[in-house]
Amino acid sequence: MGFLKVSSPHAHGPMSTARVMRLVLLATIPGVFSLTFFFGFGTLMNVLWASITALAFEALALKLRKRPIGFYLNDYSALVTAFLLGIALPPASPFWLIMIGTGFAILICKQLYGGMGYNPFNPAMAAYVMLLISFPVQMTTWLAPKGSFAGDLLGPIDALRYCFGFGREAIDAITMATPLDVLKQNNSLLVKDLWEESAQFGQFAGIGWEWANIGFLLGGIYLLYRRVFTWHAPISMLASLTVMSALFYDGGSSASGGSPLFHLLSGATMLGAFFIVTDPVTSAVSNRGRLIYGALIGVLVYIIRVWGNYPDAVAFSVLLMNFAAPFIDHYTQPRTYGHKLKDQQGGKS
Amino acid sequence: MRKIWDIHGGIHPAENKSQSLHKPIENAGIPKQLILPLAQHIGAPASPIVNVGDRVLKGQMIAEAKGFVSAPVHAPTSGIVSAIESRVIPHPSGMSASCIVIDTDGADEWIAHRGTDDYTTLSKLELVDLIRQAGIAGMGGAGFPSAVKLSTRDDKPIETLILNGTECEPYITADDILMRERAEEIIAGAKILRHIIKPNKETLIGVEDNKPEGIAALEKAAEGTGIEIVTFPTKYPSGGEKQLIQILTGKEVPTGGLPSDVGIVCQNIGTATAIYRAIQFGEPLISRITTVTGDACEQPQNYETLLGTPVQYLLDKSGFKKDACIRLIMGGPMMGYTLQDTAVPIVKTSNCVLAPTVAELPPPPPAQACIRCGMCAEACPVSLLPQQMYWFSRAQEHEKLEDHKLFDCIECGACSFACPSNIPLVQYYRASKAEIRQAQQDKMKAERSKERFEARTARLEQEEAEKEAKRAARMEAAKAKAAAAANAPDSSKADIIQAAIERSKAKKAESADPAQAAIARAQAKRDGNAEEESPQEKTERLQKLFASAEKRLTAAKEKLALAQEQQSDNADAFATAVSKTEEKLAAIQQELTEHRASLTPPPADATSADPAQAAIARALAKRAGTTADESKEDKTARLKNTVSTTEKRLAAAQEKLALAQEQNDANVAAFATGVEKTQAKLDTAKKELSDHLATLAPSDTAKQIASDDPVQAAIERAKAAREAQASMSDADKVKQNIESLENRIARTKEKLDAARAEGSDTADILADSLAKLEAKLAAAQQQLS
Repeated sequence: MGFLKVSSPHAHGPMSTARVMRLVLLATIPGVFSLTFFFGFGTLMNVLWASITALAFEALALKLRKRPIGFYLNDYSALVTAFLLGIALPPASPFWLIMIGTGFAILICKQLYGGMGYNPFNPAMAAYVMLLISFPVQMTTWLAPKGSFAGDLLGPIDALRYCFGFGREAIDAITMATPLDVLKQNNSLLVKDLWEESAQFGQFAGIGWEWANIGFLLGGIYLLYRRVFTWHAPISMLASLTVMSALFYDGGSSASGGSPLFHLLSGATMLGAFFIVTDPVTSAVSNRGRLIYGALIGVLVYIIRVWGNYPDAVAFSVLLMNFAAPFIDHYTQPRTYGHKLKDQQGGKS
Repeated sequence: MRKIWDIHGGIHPAENKSQSLHKPIENAGIPKQLILPLAQHIGAPASPIVNVGDRVLKGQMIAEAKGFVSAPVHAPTSGIVSAIESRVIPHPSGMSASCIVIDTDGADEWIAHRGTDDYTTLSKLELVDLIRQAGIAGMGGAGFPSAVKLSTRDDKPIETLILNGTECEPYITADDILMRERAEEIIAGAKILRHIIKPNKETLIGVEDNKPEGIAALEKAAEGTGIEIVTFPTKYPSGGEKQLIQILTGKEVPTGGLPSDVGIVCQNIGTATAIYRAIQFGEPLISRITTVTGDACEQPQNYETLLGTPVQYLLDKSGFKKDACIRLIMGGPMMGYTLQDTAVPIVKTSNCVLAPTVAELPPPPPAQACIRCGMCAEACPVSLLPQQMYWFSRAQEHEKLEDHKLFDCIECGACSFACPSNIPLVQYYRASKAEIRQAQQDKMKAERSKERFEARTARLEQEEAEKEAKRAARMEAAKAKAAAAANAPDSSKADIIQAAIERSKAKKAESADPAQAAIARAQAKRDGNAEEESPQEKTERLQKLFASAEKRLTAAKEKLALAQEQQSDNADAFATAVSKTEEKLAAIQQELTEHRASLTPPPADATSADPAQAAIARALAKRAGTTADESKEDKTARLKNTVSTTEKRLAAAQEKLALAQEQNDANVAAFATGVEKTQAKLDTAKKELSDHLATLAPSDTAKQIASDDPVQAAIERAKAAREAQASMSDADKVKQNIESLENRIARTKEKLDAARAEGSDTADILADSLAKLEAKLAAAQQQLS
């Protein structure tokens, strides 16, 4: 028997792509738990159905592309997309909405571009935006959080029924505008008064929302600890969002955009910062590039939330910056050993 | 505690160093055969100075350095040189290269050698030369000739001398055990290096903090010497020269530059030991410490190994289990390369032989898609963006790759190690580097051939212009002559002869009249101008022509046959082609035989007058008989043929003339001239034929003459004359010469008259040779008086 002929290095680190993806899935647990705790089983239902359909679409696409199905399904990337989309959609979304979302994400945003690693846009966010524009009603019916209304939270059976369209009318009874919407629609009350009048506000932001965001923050810290990504993009996004909201807070007048804490713990801020902005495929590659990329997303999130038409700022901001990532890359090549910084800036080509 | 710097990136692979450190260094002994590659270093391979069968002694130089960046090779033990041939050498490609093979005799007999008692009395140049003669090349892995590294220039003062004891690659412990067991030698080598380099700031030995025993030993040995042992956290690849410099001094070696550009010289500690032994004891580099390790070895340990020892020999000593071993690595698991053949020798750079089991270093899993996670960029010690370079490499975007500093990649393998998708990144970069280098070479080649082409075009244009000028000048001259002829009052017979001479001169200029050519050649020889084409060359050329013509003929015949078979319309055309090719072939054959005949006499030893005369004689003979060895029958046939064709042409010309006269054509005059000329030619041809027929009768009977070849006869005559000359006094010689010249002049005059009377084309040749003969006669007469 001859010896193996391979080029160096012969040793390999313990990290694998599947492992990275599994860590990401694991890190969503605190956030999903909070969402379930405050909004019922709707989110879990979303995630479950999104996962099933995403895997099915992935397998279908791989079969059509004549790729080894098992090998690629094992990288868990479809599941990550499904989880993120499922979390982002309103709890207990109709099955067809989720299916259109995952289909669009997997087939069009990912596989049409060549599969994992080749997609220019974050599939989950692209699908979310597509759904938001196409089905605004379904996409804006958020359930009321625990404690803000008299009824019971959505149980697992109800979540399943609503998801597949049985007795879906009942769901209208327990929907409520999100805190971001409320703040956006407000034009007469001081922030302080608004807080007291509206049922959905909690300690720092919306009831449930603040805890969901804290949950995703915890997950993000865990991923940072496991060195799945670097701190640059998420921290700079949170920092720029904080700076923007502090600049325009104006102490809480009726025209105020909301406090920094409110913005940090509202909507998809933390989910975006640690699970979307850090998507390596679609973000800038160098650390300096990621600082710029994250910071601009933070700025865009605030601009879109406060002065835009949609309150779902994270998805739009990320997509916009996905466009800009190659451009940022071009101008942020790190200084290589033995080179002067100016030699490498502003690329020659 | 002195300040140390951190390098970007880096990884922490499992160290796996302890298993080979349980035992002290063991002398591996003398294998039956040593294989010493001539290139064990970076630079030009050494050149053997022993022959097969020579007995060599231990330490004897067997191959000398070839050029500045090179290193000699020495016999590691005594024995007989059994071969100097190509053997498989340790190289990633598994290639073979020249090696000196020594069959050892076990006596281990040293050549006379002695060291320097006090190296401080020697100058830097002397010490560097000793190191060069000892064949020392960097023992850390790269194998750069140490003498070259130590030849620092005075205008680049060295601030810091660094000894590299980092040994950051997993598994390898050769430097570690060297520090533990031979710290004094390292320090002694460091002192010699310090004496050579004279760093104006400090001498440092850098060691990773995973070698506490080695560090302790070094510190003990270095006490009071001013040499500082600097430890720093273990991280791969801290041991790279550039990385170590950054860690110890915070300086970066500029891209494309050398450490000396930032005032630093760096040497491996193993090299320092070798330098110590070379200076102190006069021992050249003939052995090194090699780690043999991996789970497929029962007793992993370090060996003091003679250079040239086959890997198999070391593996056998270490209890190698071949079946358990999946890949055999020369070097460490990060930068080592796989071996296919265990017969390869240990060389100056072989710090480790790694024989891992499947479980230890499993085969690489299939690569997944790159998700641009950036873990590679985090690991890269030179701050590259490996993930971007990977895309560019796959797309063969060479410009982008160079923009992303591909050539600053040190191929440490940290990116591949870190890649979660198991992409063999380094392999991509190596391939791209090779592609870019190839493209650059191709580009250079293309540029060179473009330059050549342009130079050639310019030259051809110049030549063409010169030719054009000459042509124009000739045209002018011809016009002037024509004008003069037109102005001449009468058109007597003398003018016709003159015209004939003009014509023949014009012909001489263009046609390849063999007589003319021969005369020209002979004249050139006499003037001292060598002929461009030697007879041999001409023979070869003609033979080639002949061969190719034959080939063409066969091809043409085949085509014809095919065409005939298929009743093709082209059959006629093919037939013509065949006959034409046949004609050509005949012509070449004739030329060849002629040329061969002309080779028979040895013209080389003839006096200067002789070749010319012989040539003239040949030429004359040729003119008389047209071709030298044409048989009589052939000649008759040819002449008859000429007569008949000329008759035909005459008839045709007459017809044309008649037609033109009928139609009052403006060209009547031209046609009339044509008819006249053809008539003249016909007359000449007829006369030639009758002359020939007349000579045929007597020559047929005179067979005993060596040949009736006039050339041969002329040569015989010339030889006889020379022999006669040799036995005569000078005056007599001259007299005889004059006599013969007079005779020849008389003969030539007769011939010329005859030719003129006929208006023959050859008249001017005769006139020419007559003039020459007269000149010779005058010279000879002068000599006599």
